[in-house]
Amino acid sequence: MILEAKSIFKKYKGVNKELTVLDDINFSVGKGEILAIVGPSGSGKTTLLGLCAGLDNPSSGSIGLAGSVISNMTENEKAEVRNRKVGFIFQNFQLLPTLTALENVMIPLELQGRAKGAKDKAEQLLERVGLGGRSHHYPSQLSGGEQQRVSLARAFSNDPEILFADEPTGNLDEETGAIVEKLLFDLNKEKQTTLIIVTHDLELANKTDRIIKLKGGKIVSDQIIKATAQI
Amino acid sequence: MNWSLIVKTAIRDSRKDRSKLLLFMSSIILGVAALVAINSFNDNLVRDIENQSKSLLGADMTVGGNRPLNDDIVSSLDSLSTERTSEVELFSMSYLPSANESQFVRLKGLTGNFPYYGKLITEPTDAANTYKSSLAALVDDGMMLQYNLEVGDSIKLGETTFPITGRIMNAFGSVDAGASFAPSVYIGGKNVEATKLIQPGSIVNYKEYVKVDTDIDLDAWEDDRRKDFRNQGQRVTTVEDQRENLQEAFSNLNNFLNIVALISLLLACIGVASSVLIYVKTKVQSIAILRCLGMKGEEAFMVYFLQIISLGTLSVIVGVAIGSIIQVILPLVLQGFLPYEVNMSISPIAMIKGFVMGVLMTSLFALGPLLSIRRVTPLRTLRVSDEVPERDPLQWLIYGLIFITITGFLYTLTASVLDATIFSMGILVAFLILYGVARSVTWAVRKFFPSGASFVVRQGLSNLYRPNNQTLTLIVSIGLGTGILTLLFILQGLILNNVEGMGVGNQPNMIVFGIEADQKQEIEEITKSFDMPVIQNVPVVTMELAEWKGKTKKEWLSDTTRTSRRWAINREARVSYQDTIPPDDILIEGTYTGVHDGGDSIFISLDERYSEGLNVGLGDELVWNVQGAMITTYVGSIRKINFRKMESRFFILFPTGVLEDAPQFMILVTKSPEKQITADFRNAVVKSMPNASVIDLGSILVTLNDIITKVSYVIKFMAGFSILIGLIVLISSLFLSKFQRIRESVLLRTLGAVENKIYKINAVEYASLGILSALTGISLAVFGSFMLAKFVFELDFNLSWWPIIGIFVFIVALTVLIGLWNSRDVVKRSPLEILRNV
Ligand SMILES: Nc1ncnc2c1ncn2[C@@H]1O[C@H](COP(=O)(O)OP(=O)(O)OP(=O)(O)O)[C@@H](O)[C@H]1O
Ligand SMILES: [Mg+2]
Repeated sequence: MILEAKSIFKKYKGVNKELTVLDDINFSVGKGEILAIVGPSGSGKTTLLGLCAGLDNPSSGSIGLAGSVISNMTENEKAEVRNRKVGFIFQNFQLLPTLTALENVMIPLELQGRAKGAKDKAEQLLERVGLGGRSHHYPSQLSGGEQQRVSLARAFSNDPEILFADEPTGNLDEETGAIVEKLLFDLNKEKQTTLIIVTHDLELANKTDRIIKLKGGKIVSDQIIKATAQI
Repeated sequence: MNWSLIVKTAIRDSRKDRSKLLLFMSSIILGVAALVAINSFNDNLVRDIENQSKSLLGADMTVGGNRPLNDDIVSSLDSLSTERTSEVELFSMSYLPSANESQFVRLKGLTGNFPYYGKLITEPTDAANTYKSSLAALVDDGMMLQYNLEVGDSIKLGETTFPITGRIMNAFGSVDAGASFAPSVYIGGKNVEATKLIQPGSIVNYKEYVKVDTDIDLDAWEDDRRKDFRNQGQRVTTVEDQRENLQEAFSNLNNFLNIVALISLLLACIGVASSVLIYVKTKVQSIAILRCLGMKGEEAFMVYFLQIISLGTLSVIVGVAIGSIIQVILPLVLQGFLPYEVNMSISPIAMIKGFVMGVLMTSLFALGPLLSIRRVTPLRTLRVSDEVPERDPLQWLIYGLIFITITGFLYTLTASVLDATIFSMGILVAFLILYGVARSVTWAVRKFFPSGASFVVRQGLSNLYRPNNQTLTLIVSIGLGTGILTLLFILQGLILNNVEGMGVGNQPNMIVFGIEADQKQEIEEITKSFDMPVIQNVPVVTMELAEWKGKTKKEWLSDTTRTSRRWAINREARVSYQDTIPPDDILIEGTYTGVHDGGDSIFISLDERYSEGLNVGLGDELVWNVQGAMITTYVGSIRKINFRKMESRFFILFPTGVLEDAPQFMILVTKSPEKQITADFRNAVVKSMPNASVIDLGSILVTLNDIITKVSYVIKFMAGFSILIGLIVLISSLFLSKFQRIRESVLLRTLGAVENKIYKINAVEYASLGILSALTGISLAVFGSFMLAKFVFELDFNLSWWPIIGIFVFIVALTVLIGLWNSRDVVKRSPLEILRNV
C-alpha cells in the first residue's frame, strides 16, 4: 500500500459549533493505482487531498504515505517526504512567479540537493510537455495551459511515488484541458506513478481505475472501474 | 540546511522583485545617511565650539592681574608655552585732534603674535598685521563712527600722538561683556612706555596670552598652581573655562541633535519594518509553494532573510557613503550662503557607528516580519487564505532585542542608563498606545457599524476591519511618523527660540553708565526718541561687605578654617534695589521682600552662587559699608540669575525704602538697531550728560552671533533632513499598502463599480486612517515634547497651534492623496492584467 487512511476526522472550530468536514474516512491505495475523488462542492475533497499529501494534520486518525506514518510526523519530516516521494498539481498551477519555467521545474531536484544534472532533466521534461522553447520565460509570460504543463513537468521532476492533483483541468478550457489530461496520463504511465485526482469532471474520473465518492465528509461509494486496480 | 539552494533561490527570487525592495532600501539609505551626517555634524560642532572658545579667548590660556607677573610665574609659563603675548591694559582719556574731543578709552599695548586663534579683523585688513611694529593705533569702529574719524587721523594717548591705521571690527575676551566699558584702542607694546600713562597709582592690568602644545593638560596645570596664582593676585582663564561657559549655552543643541539622530533612525526602522512586512505578505504564496515542494520552514526563512540582509547591508553602506558625502558636498554647495567659515570633515567614528547601528537595526526590524515565514503552511497552495500566519514566539525575543538595542544606542548618546531607559520606555509606550488605538478602531468600527450609511461609506469603513486590513500597520507607522515629525517641529521651535534669543537680534547691545539719579527720566526720553527700548533702567549703589555672621571681613580673611571663597569676599558689591524680583530670575529659597517696611530688619536677596561663595544662608546677618554708613541686613531670599541674558545682573538686591538716599547712579540697558544710530545716540547722551559713558557691546556680540547663526543653521538643516525621511517613510508605507487593496478594488471593478465609487471608497478608508493616526501621533508628540522640554532641555514649554494644525491637515491630505493615487493605478490598469500578476 502506498497510501493508507484510517478513521480520519477533520473538524474546524466554527463560530457556534464544531464543523466536521471529514467524518471517519477509511481507504487505501495500492502502488501504481489511478484514483479519482469526486463529490459535490464542499464535500471535503480538497481537505482530504491535503491530509493525504501531508499538507495538513487530521483532527484524529492516521495516514500512511509511501511507507511512513505521516500523521504523527513533524512539519520538517513531512517536508522531506513530500520532497522525495510526492508530486503536486494544483488547479491554479502554483508556479513561483519570480522563477523561470526551467527554474520552477528544477526546484524539487535542487531541494533534494541534486543540483547536478537537474538542469538537463528539467529541460528534458519541459521538452516532453512541449515547452522546450519556453524554458526561460516567467509564469506571467505563459498561458494557463502552458503554466499547467510546466507544473506537470515540475510534478514529475523528482520521480515521485505518488502524485496528487486537485482539479488539474479546472481552470482550463476543454481543449487545453484535454491536452493537459493526456500529458498527465501519458507521463504517469511512463513513470509508473500512483495518481490521485480530485475532480468535478466525471469524464476525467471515468478514465481512472477507481472512483471514491464523497458527500458531506463521508465516503458514499468506492467503485473499481478497471481491473488494473489492486485494493 | 541546503545552503547552495537557499542562496540560489534568494538571488533568483529577488531578480524580478527588486523594485518592491527599492522603498525598503531607500528608507535604510536615508536613515543611515541622516544618522551619519548628524553624528558627523555633532562631532564637528563639538570641535567648532572648542575652536570658537579659543578664538573668543584668542589663546589657550590667559593669566593676568593688576601687577606684572613675577619671575616664577613667567618662567613656569615659558616652560609650558610655545608662544606668548604680553598685554598691558589701562584706562585713560584720549584726545582726538581732528574732532577736538576727548574720550575715555581702554588702551591695550600688545607684543607677540596675539591672537593665536581667530583673527583680529580690521579695516584695512593689513592694519592688524602692521600696527605693532610701528607707531600706530587701531581704534574701535564704533568710536571712529561717533567722532567721524577716518583712517589717517590721529589719536593722542598720554604724551604721544599716534596715527590711526585701522578700525577694529571685532573683539576678543570673555563673552561676559561686563568688563568692556570703554571703546578699545590697540597699540604696539613697545610704544606704551612713550605715552607715560603708567604712573604710580594708575590702574593697569597685565595679561599674558599663552599658546601651548596640544598635548598639555592645562587644567591640571592650572589646578596645581591655583594657589600660587591667587596669592599673586593673578587670574587664570583656560579654553576649558571658556568652553564651559559656551557649552552651557549649547548643551541643548547637542541633546537636540542626538534626539534628531535617534528620530531619523527610528523613522527609517519604521520604514524597514513596514516595507518588509508587506514584502513578506506578497511572498506568502511563493513560500507556501516552496514548502509544499518540500522546503523546510527554516530554509524558506533563510531565503528571505538572506535577501533582506544583503540588500539591507548594501543600503547601509550606501547610506554611510551618502551621509559622509553630505559632510563634504553640502558646505561646498552652500558656501556662498553660509555666514561663517566652513570646516566640516568626515568623522570615522560617526561612519562606524552608522554602519553598526544601521545593520543591527535593519536586521532586527526586518526579523520581526520575516519570522512569520517559518509559520507559513503549505496548505495555502490548496486554499487561498488571507489568514495572517501565526505569531512566532521568537518574535517576542526580537522585540526584546530591539528594545535593548534602542536603549543601548540611547545610552551611547546620553551616557546615562536611567535616561536611556526612560527614553526607550517612552517610545515603547507611544507604540503601545498607537497599537491600542488601531485595535480599538477595528473593534469599534465593527461594533458600531453604521449600517444605514451609503454603500461607499460602508465599503470604506469595512475596509478597516476586513481580513488583510492595513489598519494596524498604517495607524502605527503613520502615527509614529506624524508623532515624530510633530515632536521635531515643536522641539526645533523651542530650541531655535532659545538659541536665537541669545543672538544679536534680541540682545541688548548698549549700556549707559554713570547717569545721575535725577537724570533717570531724561535718559529714558533720549532713548525713546531714538526708537530704542529701555530694557533696564535701574539704580546702582556701590558698597563693601564689612561684616557677616558675626565676624569682620578682616577676621574672616585671616581665618584659615573659613569655607567662604575669596572671590565672594573681595567682590565689589554693585547693589540695586527694586520692589519686584527681576523677571528672568528664579526664586529658589525664601521670599522676596520688595519694600522695606521701616522696621528693624532689612531683608535682602542674594544670588545662589554668591551665597554659596560666601557660605551664607537664609536669616544670616550681613553688614554693609555704604560710603561710610553701616547697614545691617539679613538674607531674606536666594535667587538663581539667568546668565544668558546680557542685562546687568545683580548678585545683591535690596528692597526699596533703604538705599534711596545713598550716593548712586543709574544703569540703562538698551538695544541699537545699527552702528550709525549707536554713534548718534552716544553723541546725544554725552552732550546732555557729560558724566555718563555709553558702552557698545556690539563688537563682542558679532563674534557670539557667528556661532549662533551656525548653530541655528545646523538645527534647521538636521531637522529638515529628518523631516524628509519621515515623509518618505510615510509615503512608502502608503505606497506599499497598494498591494493589499489591489485585489479587492479589481474585483469591485469587475463587478461593475464605476471608477468614481472606487475612489470614494478608498478616500473614506484613507481619510479615517489619516485622521486617526495623525490625531494620535500629534497628541503623543505634544505630550512627548512637553516632557522633553521640561526634563531634558529645561525650557519653557509653549505651543503654537497653527503649525500643528498645519501638520494635521498635511498628513491627512497626504494619506488620502497617496491612497487615491494608488487606486488610480488600479483603476487605470486592465483588471485582466492585474489578475494575472497577482
Ligand atoms: N479553514 C477552514 N475553516 C472552516 N471551514 C473550512 C476550512 N477549510 C475548509 N472548510 C470547510 O470544509 C468543507 C470542505 O471544503 P473543501 O475545500 O474540502 O471542499 P471541496 O470538496 O474541495 O469543494 P470544491 O469542490 O468546491 O473545491 C467546506 O464546507 C468548507 O467550508
Ligand atoms: Mg476543492
